[in-house]
Amino acid sequence: MFEHLNVVAASVFVFFFALVTILGFLASRWKAADLGHIAEWGLGGRQFGPWITWFLLGGDLYTAYTVIAIPAVVYSIGAYGFFAVPYTILIYPFLYLTMPRLWAVSRKHGYMTAGDFVLGRYGNRGLELAIALTGILATMPYIALQLVGLEKVISALGIKGQGAMAHAPITIAFVILALYTYKSGLRAPAMIAFVKDTMIYIFIVAAIVIIPYELGGFGAIFAAAQKAFDAKIAAGAAATPPVKVTAGLTLAPTQVAPYITLAIGSAMALFMYPHAMTSTLAASSGRAIRFNAIALPAYSFVLGLIALLGMMALAAGINVAPPATDAVPQLVLWAFPDWFAGFCFAAIALGALVPAAVMSIGAANTFTRNIWKPFVHPEMTPREESVVAKLVSLIVKVGALLVIFFMPTQFALDLQLLGGVWMVQIFPAMILGLFTRWFSGSALLIGWAAGMIVGTSLAWGEKAWTPLHALKWDVPLLGNFDLGFSAYNGLTSVIVNFVVAAALSLILRPRARDETSPGDYTDSGPALASAVFGEVTL
Amino acid sequence: MKYLLLLIPCVVALWVPLFNSVGPELFGIPFFYWFQLLLVPVSALAIFAADRMGKA
Repeated sequence: MFEHLNVVAASVFVFFFALVTILGFLASRWKAADLGHIAEWGLGGRQFGPWITWFLLGGDLYTAYTVIAIPAVVYSIGAYGFFAVPYTILIYPFLYLTMPRLWAVSRKHGYMTAGDFVLGRYGNRGLELAIALTGILATMPYIALQLVGLEKVISALGIKGQGAMAHAPITIAFVILALYTYKSGLRAPAMIAFVKDTMIYIFIVAAIVIIPYELGGFGAIFAAAQKAFDAKIAAGAAATPPVKVTAGLTLAPTQVAPYITLAIGSAMALFMYPHAMTSTLAASSGRAIRFNAIALPAYSFVLGLIALLGMMALAAGINVAPPATDAVPQLVLWAFPDWFAGFCFAAIALGALVPAAVMSIGAANTFTRNIWKPFVHPEMTPREESVVAKLVSLIVKVGALLVIFFMPTQFALDLQLLGGVWMVQIFPAMILGLFTRWFSGSALLIGWAAGMIVGTSLAWGEKAWTPLHALKWDVPLLGNFDLGFSAYNGLTSVIVNFVVAAALSLILRPRARDETSPGDYTDSGPALASAVFGEVTL
Repeated sequence: MKYLLLLIPCVVALWVPLFNSVGPELFGIPFFYWFQLLLVPVSALAIFAADRMGKA
């Protein structure tokens, strides 16, 4: 198991892992409160200020899997992998306009999850359940993918177990993570995020300065990458049967529409995930969220630089098999001395632990509040909720481990891809709901179902799940429709979802009670005024 | 105006034909990459400006 162990790198790695383990347990005493209460365990007591939120959200959204997978796509096909940059540009104006409203209404009514808000707004248990199940379903494979990222860096350290021991290192890492998450709740990843983000920044700054220096500058890197793509295209054409490879420094015409729609669809899905919502609602004010809409793009910039690591791996002559998830670990080993490679791997590993912790907490909050409480034990106290949520956070992590143990990695990748398509289906109910009550709960529920079915069936391919689908249909009686391009299934299906919800809302007018009022959605003057003077109609 | 400031960087980020080219290069980095990287801080500044206007 340890024949090829890189002792120096592994020692540095273990040091940082031990450090954050101690931090994770100590976090239970940070901003001391009764962790037996679910809002304390699961939302950190909603008291994280602008800077803590910056570290937590950054640590939560820019995961280890991103650090591994985005450069892997760039390594494999070039420009297309850069979609992560426009995607993350779109997120923040959206965050700025919507999430302070969700925060304000959640604070007022004690909501902790998307399902809580939807139930309060539309009074529809079915819609609440749909939204909760979507979140949990999409989160599970996402946690499993963090494990894939973790396993990549551990194997790059030279620890490769055989047979039953193959997954021993990530099992140990995950058990430790599960224990301190159980004890400290959201405070643990919030505290560890400080260490993780600082290490990632150091890693990237070093990489972006040192590696181009070693490779003879960016001009040489991109020239070498161009050659590598040309070679791939030539190899594909020479194969029998010929394979058409689309790769290059810029987008091929057929990649433009997928690039745009993937960026839009992914941006719409991101803040629907329970982990993104958990970190957002844990902020201490709407102001803290707005601050982060301005400050979080720093991470997006770093993500763009991380994507360029894929080009550098090509220029360094790193040769890894598809899906190229070993490209970054191998580049790090190639470029840096052992001790710094250990540091970089620890940074990536922490980049897996922080999101995995927040994701399991987000899923646990959702399960407790929107499934267990309404359907099993309606009279739960916050104390009982906390007990269930803590247990569920353990179960969710065990579930992710089992996925890695018993299923091929490709399965987790496919499920994660589908997860994004599913997650975006709660966008109409959530985001339209923040601004208007014109839509009815049952119409939104049917729209959600339509979006789920359309999105999943579009993704169904003969050999594998596919993220894109050509926009052409042969409709009986009406003839052929061909828009002439392919689009991201998430975006196509959420448009169907929206159209269905809007059309049905014309017929099914909302009758259920809305427990929120317009003043609840603003966190500045008006909310205070209405608190003092009673409800003022706006 | 406030909402326009939030919208413009998004539209530019999605207007792929605008920047889907190798030249002009900057420090050897093709236009496609440096333009989008530059757009990230520009979009953050736009949100900042929109936020200031909201308070005025």
